[in-house]
Amino acid sequence: MFKKILIANRGEIAVRVIRACHEMGIAAVAVYSDVDRPALHVRKADEAYPIGAAAASESYLNIEKILDVAARSGADAIHPGYGFLSENAKFARACADAGVKFIGPTAAAMDAMGSKTRARQAMERAGVPLVPGTSRGLESFEQAEQVAARIGYPVMLKAAAGGGGKGMRLVHEPEELKSALEGARSEAERSFGDSEVYIEKAIINPRHIEMQVLADEHGNTVYLGERECSLQRRHQKVVEEAPSPIVDPDMRRKMGEVAVRVAQAAGYTNAGTVEFLVDQQKNFYFLEMNTRLQVEHPVTELVTGLDLVHLQIRIAAGQRLPFTQDEVQIRGHAIECRIYAEDPDNNYFPSPGKITLLLLPSGPGIRRDSGMYEGWTVPMDYDPLLAKLIGYGTDREQAISRLTRALNEYFVGGIKTNISLFRRILSDPDFRAAKLDTGFLDRLLKQKQAEAPADPKAIEVAVIAAGIFAAMGAAAAGAGEQVVGNHSTNSRPNPASNWKIAAHKEATR
Amino acid sequence: MTYDISIDGKQHRLDLNRAEGRWSCRLDGREVEVDAVLARPDVLSLRIGNQAYEVKCERVAGDMHLWVGSARFAAEVRDPRSLRGRGRAVDDQGPRKLTAPMPGKIVRVLVSQGAEVEAGAGVLVVEAMKMQNEIKSPKKGTIQKILVSEGAAVNAGDVLAIVE
Repeated sequence: MFKKILIANRGEIAVRVIRACHEMGIAAVAVYSDVDRPALHVRKADEAYPIGAAAASESYLNIEKILDVAARSGADAIHPGYGFLSENAKFARACADAGVKFIGPTAAAMDAMGSKTRARQAMERAGVPLVPGTSRGLESFEQAEQVAARIGYPVMLKAAAGGGGKGMRLVHEPEELKSALEGARSEAERSFGDSEVYIEKAIINPRHIEMQVLADEHGNTVYLGERECSLQRRHQKVVEEAPSPIVDPDMRRKMGEVAVRVAQAAGYTNAGTVEFLVDQQKNFYFLEMNTRLQVEHPVTELVTGLDLVHLQIRIAAGQRLPFTQDEVQIRGHAIECRIYAEDPDNNYFPSPGKITLLLLPSGPGIRRDSGMYEGWTVPMDYDPLLAKLIGYGTDREQAISRLTRALNEYFVGGIKTNISLFRRILSDPDFRAAKLDTGFLDRLLKQKQAEAPADPKAIEVAVIAAGIFAAMGAAAAGAGEQVVGNHSTNSRPNPASNWKIAAHKEATR
Repeated sequence: MTYDISIDGKQHRLDLNRAEGRWSCRLDGREVEVDAVLARPDVLSLRIGNQAYEVKCERVAGDMHLWVGSARFAAEVRDPRSLRGRGRAVDDQGPRKLTAPMPGKIVRVLVSQGAEVEAGAGVLVVEAMKMQNEIKSPKKGTIQKILVSEGAAVNAGDVLAIVE
């Protein structure tokens, strides 16, 4: 087993992996950029090394610097988390060359899956059901026009190197194709350094369901059940759950077996996820394979009772899977909410800043994977994911009620978060009835929220509390700016508060 | 102590006195039975009659917000003996500035100087936290000036363009 693991990531996932290391008696090495010195993962690690400027290209994406830390710290393995270098075959290869074990699939398997076009080619050969479209990058606008006409509009343009909705465009009509293709290409070039774009028939309002797989280095591959990830905004997942409300044991077995076939066709090892689109008739189509640990892995952990990060580490250390497919059981129901630093009242703009007050939920069936703490300033340089709140229950209904209760306990002050969005989602009748598809969230957000008149009792409480806070003075104030009464807006100006003032003006005009 | 307290813009008067560890309280002239414990900084456990509330206080850049359950109220507390008032008039006529809502980078300028825009039309795109955000025109009018170019780094509050 490894003695020391370097975690080439930040935020909640770095903390998650550090925890697994400590549970397994392995030392954890953190790396951090200049703005992340105060970050939680640095506090929790056994060793921490600075790796450069805030821009990810200078730090978390810099292969050379990370391998240099691995050498200096004597780490014998690297866990890449998700995002950053996690699906970078060049990095996996560089790790192998440097004699450090990369906790994930081999570079060859990543190459096979990392490009969505190459993955489609391999899956075509393996007889896996695919959404109609091209399995090679588009060479010209004319070719795009022809293929789109053949498979029929609407079509989806996708970056071959893509992920997270970047470089993706939905095209309804031929007239939109040209600008969409240009947009997708330039975004793909910007985000991934690769402008290859391919085309697929757009399945309207599909469900997005993915299958977790796990493969050891001795030829054993299993599936751990599905996750329903249909609740998305701008192609980013917002709520995920396991199991999917529409997948029965028979469908699970079929999807699982296809997923295993996908993994084996790619010579896949370690944890991976096979994503499917599911249409209204419950036909499922291979979409892509994510060659990393997913953000939403905790819902699978809760319903299977397995620890995926432990298993990733054990597999990377050469151990065999400690169970067989028949021993995998799905029990109960889990739902995850991704807590983002973004402003629901201002079109979900990112909302970095200082967390002045943080109250945490706990109690039965609640798991919280977080990278934030009170007094910490959320930097503007990275993805705004702050934490994940996961509710578990005997069934879906109990998971929802526990999560709803926990969301009411959760309080993040000083910055805006999307916590209120989850209250809306979880109380929505269609969500409760499990009528989910990828268009759900856009439809929900389009509905004007009925402006409920403020409860007069709550106003009375607010008046009294405001007076008492003022009367208690500075002693009652927490990590926020120390302003008692609030006519003194000329308190020490700092960038964060300027930011807030500007954001406030923006939001209220 | 007497406070003029505005909650979401509506004025209330609160008389508060503390004697022997107990608060006595008159809200808009009406006697209210209040018991308050500061659970931790910025968190107040309140009992009003026998109803229990946990009130959270959020202080950012001189603004105070109070949360009662999941309801959020903008609060302003003033001592009426103080002569300072605050008046803020929002001018909807005339030129309007488009400002950066956050620090970030200008990735695209969508219109040119002199262009006619509708209210809500995209003018620039700012990128921060891996997200691209379109800065929209607050009104129908003419783009009088574009003050930044593509690739420029901007701070929150920087004026990016002016629409007349």
